[in-house]
Order: sequence, then structure tokens, then C-alpha cells
Amino acid sequence: MTDLTTAPGRSGTTTAAHTPPEPGGLTTDCLTVGYRARAVWGRGRPRAVLEDLDLHAAAGELTVLLGPNGAGKSTLLRTLCGLLPPLFGGVRVGGRHITEEPPAALARRLAVVLTDRVDAGLLSARELVALGRHPHTGFTGRLTPSDHETVRWALAAVGAGHLAERPAAELSDGERQRVLTARALAQEPDVVLLDEPTAFLDVPSRVSLTVLLRDLARDKGLTVVVSTHDLELALRVADAVWLVDRSSHVHTGAPEDLIASGAVAAAFDADHLAFDAVSGSFGLRRPARTTVAVDAPADRLPLLERALAREGLAVRRAGLGDDPQVAADADGNLTLHGADGVVRTRSFHELTRAVRTW
Amino acid sequence: MTAQTAVRPAPVPGTPVMGRRRLWVLAALAAGTAALFVLTVALGSYPVPLGEVVRVLFGGAGADPRWAVLVEEVRLPRALTAVSVGAALAVAGVQMQTLFRNALADPFSLGVSSGASMGVAAVVVGTGGVAGGFTGDLAGLGRVGVVLAAAFGAGCVLALVLLLSRWVRSAVTLLVIGVVIGSAATAGVSVMLVYARPELAQQFVMWGLGSFSATTWPDLAVMLPVIGTGLAAALLTTKRLNALLLGEDYARTMGLNVRRSRELALLGTSVLAGAATAFCGPVAFLGLAVPHLTRVALGTSDHRVLVPGAMLAGAFLALVCALLSQPPGTDAVLPLNAITSLFGAPVVIAFLVRSRRGLQGVTS
Repeated sequence: MTDLTTAPGRSGTTTAAHTPPEPGGLTTDCLTVGYRARAVWGRGRPRAVLEDLDLHAAAGELTVLLGPNGAGKSTLLRTLCGLLPPLFGGVRVGGRHITEEPPAALARRLAVVLTDRVDAGLLSARELVALGRHPHTGFTGRLTPSDHETVRWALAAVGAGHLAERPAAELSDGERQRVLTARALAQEPDVVLLDEPTAFLDVPSRVSLTVLLRDLARDKGLTVVVSTHDLELALRVADAVWLVDRSSHVHTGAPEDLIASGAVAAAFDADHLAFDAVSGSFGLRRPARTTVAVDAPADRLPLLERALAREGLAVRRAGLGDDPQVAADADGNLTLHGADGVVRTRSFHELTRAVRTW
Repeated sequence: MTAQTAVRPAPVPGTPVMGRRRLWVLAALAAGTAALFVLTVALGSYPVPLGEVVRVLFGGAGADPRWAVLVEEVRLPRALTAVSVGAALAVAGVQMQTLFRNALADPFSLGVSSGASMGVAAVVVGTGGVAGGFTGDLAGLGRVGVVLAAAFGAGCVLALVLLLSRWVRSAVTLLVIGVVIGSAATAGVSVMLVYARPELAQQFVMWGLGSFSATTWPDLAVMLPVIGTGLAAALLTTKRLNALLLGEDYARTMGLNVRRSRELALLGTSVLAGAATAFCGPVAFLGLAVPHLTRVALGTSDHRVLVPGAMLAGAFLALVCALLSQPPGTDAVLPLNAITSLFGAPVVIAFLVRSRRGLQGVTS
């Protein structure tokens, strides 16, 4: 369950525990990501997945990484956070190359939420978030009062303060993603990378987590980079988009830039899917069998159109003197003038079944 | 949400992670271990009055010199062995289960005990019965030979595993390799036993059943510092183990040197398990079960609590096994591994089944 009412940033629950990050964000220079040769038998060559990337994710912005399955999103993210060495080029966080820093120093500036399904075992949510203090604590890992304060801040920032004492293993998927995000925040990073954080979530949880991430970027000045398959939501919420297309080219810009340039449509259009640049949403592509004349009030028309499109019927507004074949009225009555008589119903299900026999 | 978590009060800001319940469990374990230690010294085939035990333990002269000798030469070494080996195997088990994120990992998963077995089998078979094992024939080089052979065998396996761990990236692969090495060593042992004289094979089998009773003061002078070092190392690496709770990738992104941590844990585990096996034979089960029991009892996977807890719980249960293997008032001596496995298994199963969250904390 997600709690929309305590979404951070809006509720003003932030404290002074988080120091404002230095500007700079995340930058890649001529970055080529991929996999090195399998050294076992001395055969095979490096396999580049994405080449020559000059990307920049700005502080204070939510940057969304989009692309079809297998396009290399995870490979790119794993390279950005240092889990995978780049084949060429480099990654800078706030102007400094990630390979030049000691790992603990980097962990204080860059935090990650991975796709790995975490089995939190017998940790409470608070203890799980406290693991994020690792790069800040001393040799024994003892948490100081200010560490505890940061953990509490991180939990509050993701709206999960009420979950602190719950066993992490008993959290719902949405709650767990919030807690894992809090763990990343507990590292007090400037840059947060998240690999498909919304993958297992229901729609309300997706929306609230994505909005949460944007608010974190805006309000705390964080650089947030998220990979996701949730295209329409991402295009609505993101400040910037990195779009990997099928030819491994990365397009960057505001969502509207990429929609206008046709890059989104080119990357995702398929036999049965068409991107509508005007509405910024996807529709099912089905060849229309025929066109039917329809008479319906404006607020009923879109639903009727949807139902008929599923049956392969294009819709035309019935003009004057033109008898409508399908009619809807404001009370929800549906009338179908078919070849074998008139069907009256209030159910779209009956309507589509009747139409199917045409 | 369980009742206990619902009831547990929210910690005051800034309090340490240890909740009140955990402190209670740790205190109870410590008190129980101390009490059981005295009992183990007092009870045996010939009971010593508790007052005498305490007097001898604190350096006083006993009322009866025979009691003092019995306590100092037999009972005290046995109790000290049980405490140190129990703690060693439990902590090694915690390290292995966390390192491999596997509920079935135990101190011997990487073949340390199989290596030790092979060393002992080689000595027993090759030298024709120098090894007295636990059969009571400890004359000459017998005891020392067995201990050295076991240590050497365990050391070889350890070196091999550490070497392989430099190349093997995935912990699961390393675990499988360890199991395979163990199988190979066990196979070598069986081949040797085929060609061994039956009474020597019998001696080896006795060694394989484990015992806390064979250690002498010179043994302890070696074993206690080695195990003490291993335990101290485990206590000093709890931060690393905690970082590994979410998996190696998360640990890396939190700034942990995963390879170094893995090597430290493997080295520590192997030293602990190797020392325990060298002096007591392959004591089964404690290293697998105690970490689980401790996690459930303490209700946490946080190693800063878990490692000390496992030390105490391991020492406690090893003392129980030591007591049971020589039932007080009788001359019977039961094989230690029969006690740990036969009596321990049902208890542990019942405990884990009853606690709703069972093995959940292991893979974390």
C-alpha cells in the first residue's frame, strides 16, 4: 500500500539532515557500455551494447531512461553506477570520474536501487534503510545519533516513516520499493540511479513512486535517473528522457521533444501498437473492417469509439439525414441498428458481442 | 505483522539498534552458558560437588585432590573445548550463510572438513595406526599427528578455495566448487579406507564421529588462541557482513570491497572450522543450526548482534552436547555427532517450524 497523502516534498517533512548537493549531475564522456570478452578460453571479443554516449543528467531533474527490452538500459545503468566497467570512455559524478574515487567516497555521492529482488530477511525496514549508512559509518559500523536522524529523514522522505518497525520481509512490493529508495537516500548521495523501480507495482504505486522521485529531484536538488518500461507515465512526469531506440541510438531531450521528433514512435511502434503524437499515448493498431455511422454525445463518444475499434470498426459521426448505425445517449443507453433488427442495451459488453456478428 | 513487532516500542531517537529483547536474549545466553559451563565441569561419570568446582575454577585448592585433578585435567579441558569449538562453528556458519546467502551453507561447505578427513585418513592408513584418534591411545605422536594431518588437509582445501575465489566472480559458483572439492576429498578418503586394515578404518570412523573429550592442555594452548583470533576477526568484520546482506551488487554500490570481504570471511571461516576439526573431528550440525536458531531468537539479521549471539548460542549448545555425550553418572560415551545430529535435529526443526518466519533471515 502506498500512502499518497504523505508524499514527501509536498508535506514539507524534509529536515536539515540533507546537505544540498553540489551542482553537476551525472555526465558520460564518449561512453561505450557492454561486456568484455569472456576470458575463460581466450575467445570472444568485447560486445558493445551502446556506443559513444555523451549524456548528461542534470541536478534537480528526473531523467528517465526508456527503451525496448534488450536495448541495453540495465547495462547502461550498471555501468553508470560502477558495477560494470565501461568498454570505453568514462562516467563523471559532479565533475569527478567514478573510477578515480575510492569506492566509499563514491558511495557517498552515488546510490543505486537495483532490480535484484532483495530478501530482507529478519531486518526491520529501519535496519534495512540503515544499511545505506555504510559508507558514512566508522570501522565498527556503529550508528551515531546523526546517522539515526538521517535514516529517519530518508524514511520520511519516501513517505515510509510509518513502516520503520515493520519486518522488511513483510512489506508489499510498493512499500519495499519505497524502503529501498530510502536506503539509497540514506547514503546521502547527489545522484540516485534506479533500475526499473516500478516493475512489480500496481498503477497507483507506480504513479506515486514516480512522482515521489521527481519531487525528490526537484526539492532536494538530486540527480535522479530511472529506467522504466512505464512509457506513458514517464513521458508525463520526467523532466528529461534518454530514449534508446532499436538501432542502439540514444535520443535525449524533454519528453515533448522526443514525441515531436517522432523518436518515441520509432522506438516503440509495432504491428499492433501505434504511438499517437498528439495525445502522447499509445493505441492499438487494428485495420478497420468498415466504418460505421455513430451518434453519441461528446462525453460518451470516446468510450464508444474504443469499444468499436476493438471490433475493427472505424467511427464516423452520423450527419444530418444519415441514420446512425450505433447510437448512445447521455443516460447510458446504447442502441444498435443491425441487419437483423435493433438491439438496445446498457452494457458495452452486449454491444460489442452483437457487433462482432456483423 | 507479528504481535511482538507490534508491541515493540519505537526506539527513542538515537538509541542503538539493539532492542531490549535482544539484550535480554544475549544476557540470558551468557548466563546460561556460564551456568552450563560449571555444570559440565561438575557432571560426568563421577560427579564433583558444585562448590568444589567453583573453588577449583577460581584457583582454590579442592577439599579432595582427586577432584582437583579430575576437574583440571579432564573436565575443564572438555568444557573449554566445547565452548570454543561451539562458538567457532556457529560464527563460521554465520559467515558462510551470509557470504553465500544460502540457508544450507555451513562451515564445512567449502570442503574444509573433507580436507581434514583426508589428512587424517592418510595418516591413519599410511602410518599404520599411529593415530590414536579418540580411542584413548594417545601415546607418542599419535594425537599430534592427527591434529597436524587434519590441519594440513584443511589448510590445503582452504588454499585451493581462496585461490579459486580470485577467479570465480559468483559466490554460488564458488559454493558449488567447494562442494565438489569436498566430494572429491571424501572419495579419496573412501579409496584409502578400502585399502586400510579394518581396525585402522575403525579408528578413522571414530575420529569422524567427533569428540570434545580428547583435547589436552597443550592442545588448548594452540586451539584457544587460533579460535580466539578467528572469533575476533569475525567481530571486527560485522560491518562488511551487514553490507553483504542485500547481495554483492548492493554491497559494491555501498563502497564495500567485495572481494576483500569475501576473502576475509573465507579465511576466517576456514581457520575456525579447520581448528575445530583438527582437534575435535568434524563436529556436525552445530555450524548449520546455531546461526538459524540465533537469528530467530534474536529476531534480527544484523551481524553486530548476530555474531556475538551466535558465539554464545554455539558455546551453550556445544556444552549441552558435551554433557549428553557422557551422560552424568554413567560410564557410557556416546559419539558426539550422534548427539548433535540425532538429538539436535528434532529440536531445531521444532524450533524453526514453530517460529513463523523460520529460515527467512538466512538469505538476506
